Amino acid sequence: MNQQYSTVAQRTSSVLETNKVLRNTYMLLAMTLLFSALTAALSMFLKMPPMTYLISVIGAMVIAMFILPRFANSTAGIGIVFLVTGLLGFGLGPILSQYAALPNGSNIITLSLAGTGVIFIGLSAYALISKKDFSFLGGFLMVGFLMVLLAAVANIFLQIPAMSLAISAVVIMIMSGFILYDTSRIVNGGETNYVLATIGLYMTIFNIFVSLLQILGIMGNDD
Amino acid sequence: MEWMQIVSALALVVFIVVLLPGVIDRVKNSPKGTSSDWMNFVFIILIVTGFVMMLIKLV
Repeated sequence: MNQQYSTVAQRTSSVLETNKVLRNTYMLLAMTLLFSALTAALSMFLKMPPMTYLISVIGAMVIAMFILPRFANSTAGIGIVFLVTGLLGFGLGPILSQYAALPNGSNIITLSLAGTGVIFIGLSAYALISKKDFSFLGGFLMVGFLMVLLAAVANIFLQIPAMSLAISAVVIMIMSGFILYDTSRIVNGGETNYVLATIGLYMTIFNIFVSLLQILGIMGNDD
Repeated sequence: MEWMQIVSALALVVFIVVLLPGVIDRVKNSPKGTSSDWMNFVFIILIVTGFVMMLIKLV
């Protein structure tokens, strides 16, 4: 009898912990998305040069990979997440300015934003409601991401527009897989740190948005 | 070749090198999915692909 009570108590505690991680992750994600929208607007207002994107992405990646994991369990981690997402948003400014200057630029940006939102909410809702375990995707997604990075390096030298389009399409598919993988990890208790969970989901949203911008930008300007 | 392209390529290569041990570890330690798990994933990706194609039609 006591053992039954203990098992029920452990399960309840585990569910409460998962719900807490989920709630904190989505709250921090919403705030960081808002913050990066603000820094993107600031960057557009300041008319930053295109190299801002490259410098911001490199800076954000270095901070996210080497500094953030050391502070992930402290309150400083939240500040570092804002720094990373703010930098990435600031880097997006010049890219958005370039698209906004196109004849149907505002349409491309709005569709990319709406498309990213629909993909993220749809896949997150599926992983949350179904509670399926997508941990089997881990190796596949990482290898796929590595292949995409190698293709991206090759295309810097080859400069083939069709390859760039294909890379963006594959990035959207891989990032969709990462949304399922990351969300199911939180739901099934594999990820208990909301700071790391937030940065992972933010990166998927960022990559889907940039890839959609590129695809819609190329396909929307074929006249 | 512009300096921005060289810096981009170098940054990506460094990123790949840093990422590689994690990828190998993930491949070795990931649980295997059943065929129904994979079919489910493929179906979801097909829906996402269809949605992106719809967005392309809208632009």
